[in-house]
Amino acid sequence: MNRYIALKKRAINRLAQGLCLLALLASIVPLVTILLDALARGGSALSLAFLTELPRPVGESGGGMANAIVGSGILVALASVVGLPLGIFGGIYLAEFGAHRFGHFIRFLADVLSGIPSIVNGIFAYTLLVLPFRHFSATAGGFALGLMMIPTVARTTEELILRVPTTLREGALALGIPYWKMVLRVVVRSVRGGILTGILLAIARIMGETAPLLFTSFGNPFWSFNVFEPISALPLQIFNYALSPFDEWHAQAWAGALVLITIVLGLNLVSRLIMRFSK
Amino acid sequence: MAKVNALSGRKPRRRISGDLIFKRATLLAALSIPLFVLGSAIELTRGAGEAIRRFGFSFLFQTSWDPVNLKFGALPFIYGTLVSSLLALLIAVPISLGTALFLAEIAPWWLRDPLSFIVELLAAIPSVIFGLWGIFALAPWLRSTAEPALKRTLGFLPFFQGPAYGIGMLAAGLILAIMILPIITSVTRELFLSTPVPLKEGALALGASWWEMVQAVFFPHARSGILGAIILGLGRALGETMAVTMVVGNRPQISLSLFAPGYTIAAVLANEFSEADSNLYLSALIEIGLILFLITLLVNGAARWLIWKSGWAAAKGGSGP
Repeated sequence: MNRYIALKKRAINRLAQGLCLLALLASIVPLVTILLDALARGGSALSLAFLTELPRPVGESGGGMANAIVGSGILVALASVVGLPLGIFGGIYLAEFGAHRFGHFIRFLADVLSGIPSIVNGIFAYTLLVLPFRHFSATAGGFALGLMMIPTVARTTEELILRVPTTLREGALALGIPYWKMVLRVVVRSVRGGILTGILLAIARIMGETAPLLFTSFGNPFWSFNVFEPISALPLQIFNYALSPFDEWHAQAWAGALVLITIVLGLNLVSRLIMRFSK
Repeated sequence: MAKVNALSGRKPRRRISGDLIFKRATLLAALSIPLFVLGSAIELTRGAGEAIRRFGFSFLFQTSWDPVNLKFGALPFIYGTLVSSLLALLIAVPISLGTALFLAEIAPWWLRDPLSFIVELLAAIPSVIFGLWGIFALAPWLRSTAEPALKRTLGFLPFFQGPAYGIGMLAAGLILAIMILPIITSVTRELFLSTPVPLKEGALALGASWWEMVQAVFFPHARSGILGAIILGLGRALGETMAVTMVVGNRPQISLSLFAPGYTIAAVLANEFSEADSNLYLSALIEIGLILFLITLLVNGAARWLIWKSGWAAAKGGSGP
């Protein structure tokens, strides 16, 4: 009888562990197939022209997404102007002065905010920066993306600062420098590798965002360096091409996807490396 | 901090010091976060005003969406959002829990970090690429293989009837499931890793098998946190835009069949916002956005609260080694 129970237990044990392994496979298979698909379909459409030329009209073969790649870079720069100072200084506030009710409230809001759909940020930017001027612009897109950076950058900065040993602070203060200088020159400096990691991850995240750009920066088939004009972005271009009825554009969308995945995963890997080396 | 001078016993004269400026400046930056929430709420409500005045509560229950005749009802979008998100949870939760358990307990030591990294990489893939893959890989597979098979085996259920398009609610649910897997997995894995070792050892010492130990120790310990993680995943699914827009079929209808095309709140915003040609149309769209904002605010608030509570319980009650 005991033997029977032991066998049954062992069988159930094995079954449960086997199911867990299956679950792991189920969560890895999509990633692998997406990456392989992007490599296979995108790789064949990727060329030097794709990276250096403007999109061509329907029917003409060739062309590329150079303006969209540059546009994404400009949007990320605009977003960083909004998101980085607010995020980093906000994080410093939470870590240094935020140990009260109000601090907890902001912390909680930041966590909640990082779950608000990005398209809602797009509407917010639209009502603030597009509707009054009746004009789509890169600024509005950059603003929407920048808002998305604030909560993540702030929370990362805060958590990093809180891990700085007290002795380091005390040593700096004992030398007689003011509190604010101690925070900026000693504490923040000692975790700058981590903060850089957080920034890179935030950039990787907004780099692939499409939804908040649909009705802010809107897209543009030509070169544009004016931040008050509509501008193209890589994910926007992928979206438009994917939904088009033309096979050629589908191939271009896949090539764009390959470029975007390379940039985003590259940023993720680089940030991992920085984290490892700064430890 | 002592605000009183120890020698004179008087409060020191307050002057504008570097420290004060520093504190004020960082406070200002931190205030951008509540300001952002408040600003969104105000702007969305203001923008939705015209539609709210015109349709009132009936906006939530009307099923027609007719921009030409200016008749707007949000029910098909609300329905599609809820159904696709719940479907995603149904698929993702068991897989996530199993994966988290595998990563926290079963995998050999040297494999744990790399495997966790791979699962987290899935979260880094941009939404639009999931959509692209959904259109050109997932949907054709659903149309030719999965949906006919479901129809053969489970076709007596109303969920699996009708023509197999590939594009539709099922595709949206599947894509969403893949997209919320990493967040549920990583939160749950952290919770499992924070389970106090003595509890585990105690259960094993009493003769529990590994699976019995998991049931008796892991799940009760992490229960509210797991619930939080699931609700967090729900929040992501409700607001996910691009991938869903690309595979859901974009037809404002309510159909029991999962093969049928549907529409979601985020998708209608993505498709129609920049084309709204009248004030009322735009206002109706902003009201839909307001609904999405309020729902996700609530859902994410609840999720964070549960996870924090669970984390505090672990920090306080953890009689660790």
